[in-house]
Amino acid sequence: MTETRQSTDTPEAEALAHTKDREAGIVTCDACPVLCRIRPGKTGACDRYGNEAGRLVRMDPLVVAARAGRDGVIPFLGADWDGSALSGATAFVTGIGAGTTYPDYKPAPFIVSSEIDGVEMVTVVTEGIFSYCGLKVKIDTDRFIGPECAPVRMRGEQVGHVTTAEYGSQMLSLGGVRHLTGGGKREGVVTCETLLSLANKGAVELTIDGGVTLTVQAGQAPIINGVREERMRVGCGSATIGIFARQWLGHADEVIVVDDHITGVLTEHQAGRFLDMRPSGIRVRGRRSTPGRYFQVANPGTGWGGTDITDPLSIIERIDPKLAWPGLRLLMVSTTGEHAAWYVLDDKLVPVPAEMPPAIAAVVERIGENCEPALASVLFMAGAGGSLRAGVTENPVRLTRSVRAALTRVTSGGAPVYLWPGGGITYMVDVLAMPDGSFGHVPTPALVAPIEFTLPLADYAAMGGHMDRVRPLASLRVEERVTSRAWNEANPWPLQRPAA
Amino acid sequence: MSAAAALLPGGRLHLQHGPIDAIVQAWGEPAEVRAAYAQVVAAFPDILPRLCAELSLLRSPLPAPKPQGPVAARMHAACAPFASGFITPMAAVAGAVADHLLAALSEGRRLDRALVNDGGDIAIRLCPGRSFRCGIVADLAAPGLDAIATIGAADGVGGIATSGRRCKGRGGRSFSFGIADAVTVLAADAASADAAATVIANAVDLPGHPAIERRPAAVIDPDSDLGDRPVTWDVGPLSRQEIARALAAGAAVAEECHARGLIRAAILYLRGERAVVGAPSLALAA
Repeated sequence: MTETRQSTDTPEAEALAHTKDREAGIVTCDACPVLCRIRPGKTGACDRYGNEAGRLVRMDPLVVAARAGRDGVIPFLGADWDGSALSGATAFVTGIGAGTTYPDYKPAPFIVSSEIDGVEMVTVVTEGIFSYCGLKVKIDTDRFIGPECAPVRMRGEQVGHVTTAEYGSQMLSLGGVRHLTGGGKREGVVTCETLLSLANKGAVELTIDGGVTLTVQAGQAPIINGVREERMRVGCGSATIGIFARQWLGHADEVIVVDDHITGVLTEHQAGRFLDMRPSGIRVRGRRSTPGRYFQVANPGTGWGGTDITDPLSIIERIDPKLAWPGLRLLMVSTTGEHAAWYVLDDKLVPVPAEMPPAIAAVVERIGENCEPALASVLFMAGAGGSLRAGVTENPVRLTRSVRAALTRVTSGGAPVYLWPGGGITYMVDVLAMPDGSFGHVPTPALVAPIEFTLPLADYAAMGGHMDRVRPLASLRVEERVTSRAWNEANPWPLQRPAA
Repeated sequence: MSAAAALLPGGRLHLQHGPIDAIVQAWGEPAEVRAAYAQVVAAFPDILPRLCAELSLLRSPLPAPKPQGPVAARMHAACAPFASGFITPMAAVAGAVADHLLAALSEGRRLDRALVNDGGDIAIRLCPGRSFRCGIVADLAAPGLDAIATIGAADGVGGIATSGRRCKGRGGRSFSFGIADAVTVLAADAASADAAATVIANAVDLPGHPAIERRPAAVIDPDSDLGDRPVTWDVGPLSRQEIARALAAGAAVAEECHARGLIRAAILYLRGERAVVGAPSLALAA
């Protein structure tokens, strides 16, 4: 074998640098003469271009979301795109990266017309700067995370509070104008960072006064005091009794479902009575609500069923010798099935741990199977009823009315929003339905979120829209920072007129 | 991406090319302003390519051979007085670009006032009797008007530059060896102010303090002129005494710059505390 490759002891510095670059995933940007070498996750000297997983990308792109046309091809925008392939049937211009014209005495940055099903539509594309905004975070857990109204903190700064719990979930309300701009400088900055991370689908670690430390991220299981929450409870203790009573009948003489909200006692519960079960005489602690349903059997905590219980027998107040009997078979189980214990009463009516029969173990497993995966979900909420409307029309109340009348569809990064009834344009959107990196911030501090108003061109003209600024979709080809992303097919197509 | 120029509302001119992002404004007879803008727009596209042609020399520590280009020469001259410590001409790049643009803007024109703001490093020119009011924001992450400097034509100030610890990737555009939130310097021209602000901000420091996280510059930006030298990444809690000590270290360097005639005034910020050095006539007011 002949070796023709030459070797040298002093390779060219440039060649060495390039070898190193390839190893480190460095991208050389050729957007200007500086020719920055950019590491993965970093930006060049201008901060306009960056290295995203080895690819040179524009850092503040205007995002056009594209979906497959009739021929099934997604019309991605490339350098050679002539704009003609896009129509209202396949491309939607989102507000992401659109910029804004605050204060909005000027028309919105992009007012784009497109045709779909023979109807001329207009999408007014902008980014809202929101001081009045926040996140509602739903955390699927029955574990105690902190008292209602307790401050929620990030690095010591209050960024929100614990709010009204929902069925199977704890709720946080984060952000809002009071923390963003009403407190100290640092409080505002930390609040803004927290909102931005969560809204852009990142994870944050929060601490709650008098409660837990938890890590939340949209679409991911919450981590509470270092323990990953696997599943939601199937229901409260009483609901669990109701669901599984018939399956326990004949296999257990008593079932106590331990739950922080309502602990259920089978034979005393309406479900047990209905099945003619013999009262066991086992009385649990707490305040009886109705027969077989007990509030406050223990303190909230991270033990059994969201209580602080680690030994389930500790919630038994007494066992009535007139009603109970030796050999009585007792199941104690939590509302997620994660905790379960099987006991048989001895001659002195003392519960003695025993091996759980397969029929009971199967139902315990079924409780677990019926628990949905525990997730944290994050809704962004903001009010777009202010000066932002002036970028859409010279007569802002007409936009509000048009939105109310469902003539104008409001989307955020193309994702559908829920509009609150009442005055203004106050909306909520699931951040997971939005494209990645949809949110930005300004140093005020305030959050920047994309918002689009889509309506028929004729209605736009009638509401006093900025008709002189309407440009066809195809004209976007001269915008150098346009980038295309695949449409999230779970979302309704904003340009399709909602069924009347 | 080629050089771009656009007129903004309020009679401002925006120039952008790669990392250069400058706002230009001139006041005077409309015809004079128009002619001035045409001059600066014509001079602009040449700046970045000429800098890039000498980039490796400009990224080398001083003392070093003199570069050829007009902007590069301004950078070299502004940084040369600090060559006893580590410095590269890049410390004055933004200010030197601002000075060069201001010169192109004003050459042969009759203007009442003119300014070129190159990403916060500002070159100014005033007719006798005219003044600028200059607001200082010490912390971009929590902005507020922390001070106002009124600059008159007689003050001999042609440049204002600010340097701070906010690092690239953490809200800033460059690197600092120090921990100052902001050091704003007033000097005869923007390049001198830029170089001095960098040196003074580097000196606002607590060497070896455990709350200060430093990373090699090249880890953040492989092309950095600072190589593997550790730059400030994050600063944790500091006591009042530590803040005072760090500010005093920076103020001592600023006093020395003032005594050598390199700067007119400096204002140093750290964690809400400040130190002022130099001309009280500039009416630095909180």
